Amino acid sequence: MEPNEAQESIEATEPNELIETVDIVVKIKRFDPDADSRSYWAEYTLTARPSDRVLDVMHHIKWEVDGSLAFRRSCAHGICGSDAMLINGVNRLACKVLVKDLGSKIVIEPIRGLEVKKDLIVDMDSFFESYKAVLPYMINDEAPPAAERLQSPEERARFDETTKCILCAACTTSCPVFWTNGSYIGPAAIVNAHRFIFDSRDKGTAQRLDVMNAGNGLWRCRTAYNCTEACPRDIPVTRAIEEVRRAMLFRGA
Amino acid sequence: MKRAHRFDVVVIGAGGAGLMAARYAAQNPNVSVAVITKLYPTRSHTGAAQGGVGAALGNVTEDRAEWHAFDTIKGGDYLTDQDVAELFSHEVIEAVYELEHMGLPFSRTPDGRIAQRKFGGHTREFGKSAVERACYAADRTGHMILQTLYQQSIKDDVAFFNEFYVLDLIIEGGECRGAVAFELATGELHTFHAKSTIIATGGNGRMFKVTSNAHALTGDLMSIAYRRGIPIEDPEFYQFHPTGLYKLGVLLTEGARGEGGILRNADGERFMERYAPSIKDLAPRDMVSRAMYLEIREGRGAGPEKDYIYLDLTHIDAAIIEERLPDITEFARIYLGVDPVTEMVPIQPTAHYAMGGIPTTIDTNVISDGRNTIVGGLYAAGEVACASLHGANRLGTNSLGDLIVFGRRAGIRAAAHAAGAEYGPLPSDNQDASRELLERLRAGPRTERVAHLRRELQDSMQDNASVFRTQELLEKQVGILADIKARMLHIGCEDPGQQYNTELMEAVELGFLYDNAEQLVFAALNRTESRGAHSREDHRERDDTDWLKHTLIYKDGDGVRIDYKPVTMGKYEPKPRIY
Ligand SMILES: Cc1cc2nc3c(=O)[nH]c(=O)nc-3n(C[C@H](O)[C@H](O)[C@H](O)COP(=O)(O)OP(=O)(O)OC[C@H]3O[C@@H](n4cnc5c(N)ncnc54)[C@H](O)[C@@H]3O)c2cc1C
Ligand code: SF4
Ligand code: FES
Repeated sequence: MEPNEAQESIEATEPNELIETVDIVVKIKRFDPDADSRSYWAEYTLTARPSDRVLDVMHHIKWEVDGSLAFRRSCAHGICGSDAMLINGVNRLACKVLVKDLGSKIVIEPIRGLEVKKDLIVDMDSFFESYKAVLPYMINDEAPPAAERLQSPEERARFDETTKCILCAACTTSCPVFWTNGSYIGPAAIVNAHRFIFDSRDKGTAQRLDVMNAGNGLWRCRTAYNCTEACPRDIPVTRAIEEVRRAMLFRGA
Repeated sequence: MKRAHRFDVVVIGAGGAGLMAARYAAQNPNVSVAVITKLYPTRSHTGAAQGGVGAALGNVTEDRAEWHAFDTIKGGDYLTDQDVAELFSHEVIEAVYELEHMGLPFSRTPDGRIAQRKFGGHTREFGKSAVERACYAADRTGHMILQTLYQQSIKDDVAFFNEFYVLDLIIEGGECRGAVAFELATGELHTFHAKSTIIATGGNGRMFKVTSNAHALTGDLMSIAYRRGIPIEDPEFYQFHPTGLYKLGVLLTEGARGEGGILRNADGERFMERYAPSIKDLAPRDMVSRAMYLEIREGRGAGPEKDYIYLDLTHIDAAIIEERLPDITEFARIYLGVDPVTEMVPIQPTAHYAMGGIPTTIDTNVISDGRNTIVGGLYAAGEVACASLHGANRLGTNSLGDLIVFGRRAGIRAAAHAAGAEYGPLPSDNQDASRELLERLRAGPRTERVAHLRRELQDSMQDNASVFRTQELLEKQVGILADIKARMLHIGCEDPGQQYNTELMEAVELGFLYDNAEQLVFAALNRTESRGAHSREDHRERDDTDWLKHTLIYKDGDGVRIDYKPVTMGKYEPKPRIY
């Protein structure tokens, strides 16, 4: 069929969910450092559309019910990595999970293993420090050509998955090893090491594998798989860790 | 943490433009550099850019910088400063290679070069046919740029102040001496004393209801500069991108049409054939968005309320969709429950990009009037700035190019200036205005809600000042803005806390957003012609005799003052814009 012909056969889905509403109960674990000595559960009853993001629901609470509710967000479509939360027991981005996927009861807590600063806001500094520890930048001291360095589509595909990371911390904060040992470098850092180790243009593998080999490095991983399930970018995190582990064994670390 | 800081160069904003500027400033061994950002750097909206960065590398078919410059000028409906477009089209080639050398994982051609694809308004031989100019990394080009530049800044050991909201610029005697910022974690004010300050704070799309822009994009520095006496250039030129997800505004890249996607009305007709017979669905955004509005208005919109259009990718090979457009495919599946491989996707135009902004010279110096008077030590780059590269309508892929070309220029210039300058004395009351602003908002009566006023602002801007404008609608909007302004005096804050008071920041942002809307509406009301993204139904033609000039709008007491400055012309005489 010519692309410019009318295509009667295609059934377009009418976005009906934009219209109906449902009643939901939202429980949020709250903590205000200026007022509370410990966290508590707050419950909100409201109506939402099945197509609403959990982020929309939280905005509704903040904007209409209680302005003091604190959380991070920016892009609202799963790209900036601001709003990882523990939602109905699973780490996810509040902007990437819809009410219809959760049912009428929604329980929201801060991601675990990082210090809670206020409500859903946690201290991200240690997470970023672990990321920085793996030297997450191109290491290649050879003078570059005038144009681009060449890389075949196959070489590029080798590390495609791990380039998708948005540093949301959903993986690291779902890891039981990280919960008990906050100094463990964590899956997100390993994912970002993988992104460079398997890039044909990079020459820093030895230095990165040294970091991986250190006391709080990759060997602590117990293959719990939580990280892979949590990743909102569908990165096969456990597989990436496994590939880095093999690179270490191969070099005899 | 100490609350008085001194850096030779302070960069405000950590998106593509800010990180590029910081990198280049940091390469000057004689200066110290800090970046202040209200979001963690990797949360910046540059990360949302999808389709690509335009540069005439010629990796797929022959291409030339000259053609790119011409397309930019024509796409900008001749309001583009032609010297800026010429410089840009050459420098962007180097800048793209440089990103590749920093490690940016571009998609590749079979022979290992940076992959390129077609995009709206990019042509060969001055308009003959579409050309592959957009260098891309699947539909995650902005993500890769942001990550690569942030990675580089770790390597360069740049100092960051994350989650610091700049509330004021310190401008004395025609010179900028730094900025005042609010630390979200503690609620404290900090003063950053600087020899050079670079503004790189991105766009202001949140003034509209349906937008591709992040919540954080509230035009803060466009407002702060304006409050400090700097005009805003060409704010009436605001781009609506044709393909936003219905009601949500989440963007589906133009790259989808570059790969062969087609727009259809409710009858299944490929209507762009009627509006742009030669390049059809790949016409520039202003033309496509208008065509979509007209289709809807004439009753050919789809859906129960006949208010959307379809983006049809169903004839494209599923493997190509998954490989080259994976993210937008996921957006359609998650947010609308529609699978682009087998179903047409409901879309509508979405508020996307500010062509206007803080006026600068070609060297990124901020200027304070139509005679190009430079504000000493103040630079601007990226979406917040107006050089003017994009004129009346930006071509797709030219913003990412703008960030890297002008971010780099700003970093180099600002560092060179700082290396040869002394710190100007800091006025002792530099925090007063910020403190008063915060105190007023904290103590406000709260008889009006920030969220309600913001929604009224966004809804009314969408209705009265978006794709089509008339004197009547704009005058109506002037009245609505006056009402909102009066009611903003009654907002307040429920949260009395100091730490992470995001409610207080939303209240501040509403005030900034308001100024952006005011700039746009008054400038649009004055301009009695149609050019690029500014489309007046009561003045349908472009008028080069009276209106081939840039707007400069100033805050003047409680009102505004509007002035104009000439467009820098060059090789290309204005011609009717036909595609
Ligand atoms: C969905 C989407 C897709 C796009 N796709 C493309 C594309 O394919 N090609 C293309 O060329 N262009 C594209 N664009 C446009 C382009 O991405 C943006 O114009 C560009 O990324 C803006 O970059 P920036 O560096 O100017 O600002 P941003 O990346 O928005 O960064 C702004 C920075 O300023 C900081 N900031 C803001 N206010 C303050 C304050 N008050 N105090 C302190 N810090 C502050 C923020 O924290 C942030 O770090 C797209 C845009 C969108 C929205
Ligand atoms: S690997 Fe996935 S879950 Fe982990 S930080 Fe990156 S995007 Fe988030
Ligand atoms: S708000 Fe950006 S990922 Fe959710």
